[in-house]
Amino acid sequence: MAKTLFEKVFDQHVVSQKNDTFLVYIDRHLIHEVTSPQAFEGLKLSKRKLWRKESIVAVPDHNVPTTKREEGIVDPVSRTQVETLDKNCKEHSLLQFDMRDQRQGIVHVIGPEQGLTLPGMTIVCGDSHTSTHGAFGSLAMGIGTSEVEHVMATQCLILKKFKTLKVDVSGKCHPLVTAKDIALYIIGQIGTAGGTGYAIEFTGEAIRNLTMEGRMTLCNMAIEAGARSGMVAVDQTTIDYLKDKPFAPQGSLWELAVEKWKTLHSDNDAVFDKEINLIAENIEPQVTWGTSPEMVAGISQSIPDSESISDNRKGDFIRALKYMDLNEKTAIVDIKLDKIFIGSCTNSRIEDLRDAAKVLKGKKIHDSIKLAIAVPGSGIVKKQAEFEGLDKIFIDAGFEWRDPGCSMCLAMNADRLEDGERCASTSNRNFEGRQGKGGRTHLVSPAMAAAASIYGKFIDIRNEING
Amino acid sequence: MDKFNTIISNAIPLDRSNVDTDAIIPKQFLKSIKRSGFGPNLFDEWRYLDHGEPGMDNSKRKINPDFVLNKIEYTDSQILLTRENFGCGSSREHAPWALLDHGIKVILAESFADIFYNNCFKNGILPIFLKKNEINKLFNSITDTPDLQLQINLSEQKIYLGDDSFTDFEIDPFKKHCLLNGLDEIGLTLEQSHEIKNFEISYFKKNPWLVKQKV
Repeated sequence: MAKTLFEKVFDQHVVSQKNDTFLVYIDRHLIHEVTSPQAFEGLKLSKRKLWRKESIVAVPDHNVPTTKREEGIVDPVSRTQVETLDKNCKEHSLLQFDMRDQRQGIVHVIGPEQGLTLPGMTIVCGDSHTSTHGAFGSLAMGIGTSEVEHVMATQCLILKKFKTLKVDVSGKCHPLVTAKDIALYIIGQIGTAGGTGYAIEFTGEAIRNLTMEGRMTLCNMAIEAGARSGMVAVDQTTIDYLKDKPFAPQGSLWELAVEKWKTLHSDNDAVFDKEINLIAENIEPQVTWGTSPEMVAGISQSIPDSESISDNRKGDFIRALKYMDLNEKTAIVDIKLDKIFIGSCTNSRIEDLRDAAKVLKGKKIHDSIKLAIAVPGSGIVKKQAEFEGLDKIFIDAGFEWRDPGCSMCLAMNADRLEDGERCASTSNRNFEGRQGKGGRTHLVSPAMAAAASIYGKFIDIRNEING
Repeated sequence: MDKFNTIISNAIPLDRSNVDTDAIIPKQFLKSIKRSGFGPNLFDEWRYLDHGEPGMDNSKRKINPDFVLNKIEYTDSQILLTRENFGCGSSREHAPWALLDHGIKVILAESFADIFYNNCFKNGILPIFLKKNEINKLFNSITDTPDLQLQINLSEQKIYLGDDSFTDFEIDPFKKHCLLNGLDEIGLTLEQSHEIKNFEISYFKKNPWLVKQKV
């Protein structure tokens, strides 16, 4: 029977089935300091062992400082959390890229970068943006801490089959329209709950043309459309990316793996529970204006007219505009910024930094910008960027060039917005208070954030910048 | 986990859609390495007028009198009534931990985000999907009578409003069984250890590069 990519990967991992509930085997378990300590404690209390230590890869990312790392973590509560991860990894002899390791970085950046994320795997992490790894044709999903403990103890998850949603983007995007814009556009179309209960597979020419970095950005944002997993079929781009990555298979095992990976695509006649067809040419650079990623508009557009909002959404619309201190019908290009954040598991990979640096080269950030920071996704990304001289472009433009971590995406460390500050951010969530209490977040691509830093407001990069 | 018994309580009307887990428990409280103690910081940014940090004496903080959780009639409520897509965003289980710590045992909503929905069951919280018109009806009834008692009967899968039957609800039979009996899922899965080991033998034979990884 013809199968979707999701069904192929899911079915290969079924240990047992009872009615519509499956016990599903997990290949890779990524852990970080925030959602793992209670799971380790739970194991200890119930005197249970880790089922397969080799499946676990640990890295601290949420709490780590992005400046003066050699001085350690100043906040004692954050420090305890990171030290607890160190202690747990040592006690159980787990592979960890700790704060002093150059390979340290955001968990969803380092997995693929090290070749620890491979096609066809089931991958979990106590972090909703685990969907990122689906870019490799793997089934990757975020889980809660109880499930982290469940996977540690049993190597399995109890799951129901997700429904399947195909999002096809046909045609070619404008050269300055990126995976981030595609993701935000999709969320604008289907809503933040549009993918709830589904695994999304992204298909079509515009998706095939994305690099692995772009596919990761897209799958990363699947959760913002409500889908626990986003996936892209394996093709030559996937295989080329993984070749010679440190933990990727080598020699004859590589050949064997590649042969299998090439089958990881939906069959031609596979049936999805739902399909959505979008046209790449319709996608402009996107900017969110509200407090949910679905509150988004193209750069040439304006915040909606309240009359166009349905009655049951009006309360949320009014509340969002009040929080954002914006008015209905305001043109997106009239929104002025205070801070710029380039980073996060959505947009901190080398290609993202190149996109931003291209816009910033030879320019200076606007006087009205109080702070602009660039936070590479990992030590390896940082090193590569410095090798290419990108750090100098950022610094010359007036950006601060930081050490890797989650940083201002969720502001668990010292990087945050102050009350009322407005930020162009390449992260994934514009929720109230996400980047700091009272902070106002506009989600954009790295090139759009870079352009906003120069002008102090949003601009249509298609008119101002040479692609 | 405690067994889930019938809950009788009035319901807190949180009239918002897309309530995300950042709002339920802001990130600064995620630095704890424990599962308990999150209740006083549930909905922290909406509940208090100042900025909260771990270790603060919450009883001395300025309360937002307009926020529904702070109304005297809802102090002991065990039921939360809300709208669409509740619990979206971050997978943090600290969100259900905070709700439970505050005393919430049941959440009634039009829809839930997937990860949050799952996390609730692991902690003995019952999330219930209701239809839009039922949610509207409940909001209207509660606005008129804030101390209106709801009865949530899990074994019957029924909700009563005062003495009257209000509606039936759906729940996965396995999840219901675990909640009613307070079962530990890890223990249940480990009963299948033999099947898991057998699976591994054939799986790694078919995917040998996963065994050989240098990890």
